[in-house]
Amino acid sequence: MGCEIKYITYQLASKEVSNEDLANFFEKFSAEDIFKKVGIKKRFHTSEDVIGSDLAFQAANLFFNDTKFPKEQIEFILFCTEGLDYIAPMTACLLQDRLKLNKNIGALDLPSGCAGFTNALGMAKAIVESGQSSNVLLLFGDTPGLVSHPKDFALRSLFSDAGAAVLIEKSPKNHIGNFVYGVDGSGAKHLFVDKSCLRNPIDKKWLELNNDAGGMPRGQMKMNGLEVFSFSIKEVPVLVNEILEKNKLAMKDINLFVFHQASKIILKSIQRKLQIPTNKMAYYLENNGNTVSVSIPLCLKEAQKEGRIKKGDKVLIAGFGIGFSWSGTVLYF
Amino acid sequence: MNIQELIEKLEEEIEEVEQGTLLPSTNIRNIDWWSSMHALVIIAFVDIEYNVQVSGKDLKEIQTIQDLYDLIVKKS
Repeated sequence: MGCEIKYITYQLASKEVSNEDLANFFEKFSAEDIFKKVGIKKRFHTSEDVIGSDLAFQAANLFFNDTKFPKEQIEFILFCTEGLDYIAPMTACLLQDRLKLNKNIGALDLPSGCAGFTNALGMAKAIVESGQSSNVLLLFGDTPGLVSHPKDFALRSLFSDAGAAVLIEKSPKNHIGNFVYGVDGSGAKHLFVDKSCLRNPIDKKWLELNNDAGGMPRGQMKMNGLEVFSFSIKEVPVLVNEILEKNKLAMKDINLFVFHQASKIILKSIQRKLQIPTNKMAYYLENNGNTVSVSIPLCLKEAQKEGRIKKGDKVLIAGFGIGFSWSGTVLYF
Repeated sequence: MNIQELIEKLEEEIEEVEQGTLLPSTNIRNIDWWSSMHALVIIAFVDIEYNVQVSGKDLKEIQTIQDLYDLIVKKS
């Protein structure tokens, strides 16, 4: 027995931010400079009252509308985000109710970011293949925009807020390969949301300090781009080789490499280091930016639409980033 | 590897640089085209070309091409 990805939907946040919009705010860059720097034409942000679980909810509704899959047949949901509704209870409980799913299902949160899709897919595979349920609806929703300082060019030009819903189902043949996981918590300080939870809560001083940015009451994402970059180009090629080894495959066996869409320069550097031909690389960054845990399902959906994934293809997927956390596997279509 | 070879490769790598304009003493941070993006280009270049991993912290301490060369030699 195995399992497979049955269907993917994703939903970008409603507010489109063009390079012209950014150039109006960051006066030292022109729209053209911004495109040259980040390779992104537009990104999407939510309004203050729309958070990760709302985007996941929208993506789930799209999923049920598109597929007509009966809601009462969903047996498990996993909600993956780095922006939960509350410290408690689990947001997955709230989503069960909002989506009007059965009460006799499993529902868990899985807080994870850039490696969120591959981490969650690994858990879904384990749940289905161990016979605990015959399907898992993976839900994703992240709003980095809500914790980015308005004057932080790197974050504002790179990230998008988005949600996704992905159904994993039991199948006679296995379509999801063996997983590789990795973590290095010493890198946490290089990409984190400061003043965001129990360890380091916001205080009056923080709100005053950030008065011109609305107080940043949900905390502030801080990224050391150089360290994230050097981590990525060091660790991802190792991850790719480990995934190949664990699935007894060679580079040439892979038809498409789908990496988390961290940034154009990170992807280009990984491509060059691994000597991957351009036609085997997924670049879906230009029209939506870095959508955190939604990036890999977004790539898979778009690549399928474009006919880049055919029956019999092997697609290597690899998520990496905040944590630092990384994981990946091979999908057999 | 010698420093001249490193310079020639860097001049090829970075599109804003004209051939023959970099010297061992060139301070990369004082060049008018230098931006944070070039730091990433250099980290990737050194990793791919010399299989040497330069951290963000390492790179922050580098001023000149000679410093970069010394770091690569030290870490090789």
